[in-house]
Amino acid sequence: MTTAEQFLRYRLPRRYIPVLATGALFAVMYSVGAIRYKGFSDTQVFLNIFIDNAFLLVVAVGMTFVILTGGIDLSVGAVVALTTMMSGSLLAHGWPAFVVLPMVLAIGGALGAGMGAIIHYFEIQPFIVTLAGMFLARGLCYTISTDSIPITDGTWTRLAQTRIRFGNYHISPSVVVAVVVVLAALYALAYTRFGRNVYAVGGGEQSALLMGLPVARTRIGVYTISGLCSALGGLLLSFYTLSGSGTYAVGLELDAIAAVVIGGTLLTGGSGYLAGTVLGVLVLGTIQTIITFQGTLSAWWTRIVIGVLLLLFILLQRVAAIRRQ
Amino acid sequence: MIAFTRHKLFWPVLALVLLLLGNLVFTPGFFNIKVLDGHLYGSLIDILRSAAPLALISAGMTLVIATGGIDLSVGSVLAICGALACLRISKQADQGAVGGVLLAILLAVALGVVLGAWNGMLTAGFGVQPIIATLILLVAGRGLAQLITSGQIITVRSPPYRKVGAGYFLGLPIPVLIAIGMVLITVLLTRRSALGMLIEAVGGNATASTLAGVRARRITFMVYVFSGLCAAIAGLMISSNVSSADGNNAGLFIELDAILAVVLGGTALSGGRFSLGGTVLGALIIQTLTTTIYTVGIPPETTLLFKAIVVTIVCLIQSPAFRAKVFQRRRRPVVVAGPAAVEPEKAPTGDRA
Repeated sequence: MTTAEQFLRYRLPRRYIPVLATGALFAVMYSVGAIRYKGFSDTQVFLNIFIDNAFLLVVAVGMTFVILTGGIDLSVGAVVALTTMMSGSLLAHGWPAFVVLPMVLAIGGALGAGMGAIIHYFEIQPFIVTLAGMFLARGLCYTISTDSIPITDGTWTRLAQTRIRFGNYHISPSVVVAVVVVLAALYALAYTRFGRNVYAVGGGEQSALLMGLPVARTRIGVYTISGLCSALGGLLLSFYTLSGSGTYAVGLELDAIAAVVIGGTLLTGGSGYLAGTVLGVLVLGTIQTIITFQGTLSAWWTRIVIGVLLLLFILLQRVAAIRRQ
Repeated sequence: MIAFTRHKLFWPVLALVLLLLGNLVFTPGFFNIKVLDGHLYGSLIDILRSAAPLALISAGMTLVIATGGIDLSVGSVLAICGALACLRISKQADQGAVGGVLLAILLAVALGVVLGAWNGMLTAGFGVQPIIATLILLVAGRGLAQLITSGQIITVRSPPYRKVGAGYFLGLPIPVLIAIGMVLITVLLTRRSALGMLIEAVGGNATASTLAGVRARRITFMVYVFSGLCAAIAGLMISSNVSSADGNNAGLFIELDAILAVVLGGTALSGGRFSLGGTVLGALIIQTLTTTIYTVGIPPETTLLFKAIVVTIVCLIQSPAFRAKVFQRRRRPVVVAGPAAVEPEKAPTGDRA
């Protein structure tokens, strides 16, 4: 067999196809934008997608872990809002930033761990538990205050205004944080025992249990990660807006789920890649950018386009699943 | 007495009665009902009227949940249908024309049915998970509603349309009568025919029911259509009550309240059994709770906190694993002492186990 024949016979492993489809979709959308709109191809426009969606990216990373185990976390948007609110309130009461930062992260993680424990030990559907978590977190926001709280703390304003420059381009520190989170999660999912367990639990809880894998620790772990990521996302959002409010991030859970699904992760769990989620967030960001550049399209088109994309990818998943059978 | 407390509607009824009595402490005239211009007025009537759309949507949701599914899109469907009706009426030369209003209402209801059929097609036809299938319409629906209203809040001045959500008939608010009528028809259809049993069969185990000759797909499809219909009528009530359509905020998060009402009423989220009476009670509890919080003077936003606590407690009590773990010590001696035949009945039926 010649090398050419081998090359022609080479077939992509089927498991990469969804991620590649998302990558292709992003490439097409970005090219269409670059061709149609003047200035769209500017690198800074691309970097702005990251700057504007850094918090969504972090939240979507946490959501990926949860969905890979076959669960879902509806509380992320509310936890993001709660984090902005707690940061705003604590800082306004004169707490130092180095105490507030770890504290809100710990609270986010603890909320996630609590939900994970209820889901695992009491066998209640993740959907309803995280729904209660969402009510709880939003309710707590409004108990702190019904108005938005401005943040004037030095650390926050510095982080909001700092731009990391290279040449003519710049990114915000939040982007660096998001990228670090993505890299850490990529490593955890691909190269650690915990990552393997996540896929195993998502593939089949019974089998994972019979193999002797720590299902309880994994299940509670992914919800803790999602809670932590939401809290971190909330911090990034508060750097971005320099305020805390209970009305922030309404419906963010839908964007995060959409990004994960568009990224090719199966909602039944056990299959998917974090790289897909990153591409999914990029696709959502590109939709927003295109609609901004178009100017004549109203903001609600974003939601319709996201809905259509969700539909396409979910139907694709179904077709793939039926074929496998 | 024990048989009485074991009745499945005992706890919801008790919760509602306690809530209502609690109100009497804060508002002395809480139970007063006055007759003004031939209409009934009073806090209780207010609660009934505000609970009507929620009760209706929850009734649709009950059947969906009974098949083991869930419909997250009801809030969006409600907003879309309200928007369509208001748009049609606002475009009329004479907004008070009864014929035009009826046509608008019919169109909106038909749209609700079509949207329900869309959800049904995705779940029953393509086999997409219900949470995900209805998530699509939840995300895109708000956009569609705003597309219909062009991002504006459409205000209508139509006396006949206003009757749907704010009118009175025989002294009672029309939305309450509509909700009672719809729920009664649903109860008759499901409990006086085999339909209810078939729905429960599909929820218990779709594959097994198909093998037993039940047209599981058709039944699944139908419950989503019914849920869409209920959401459309609720959308008419809400938009008519405030004489305007707000694509962004009408019925926001009502899907969560509806699910909560269903759960409070004793319908298990895993499917396989349902109680429409319980759901109506659940909707009344939620509305009474909301009204109570308003009258007592607690900031209304904290309603969410109460709901979170209530959902958690109810779900924990419903969970067999929780009962096994927490009540284990108390139960074990009973198993030893009591007759073995009685014990298994305590365990809830239709769970995944």
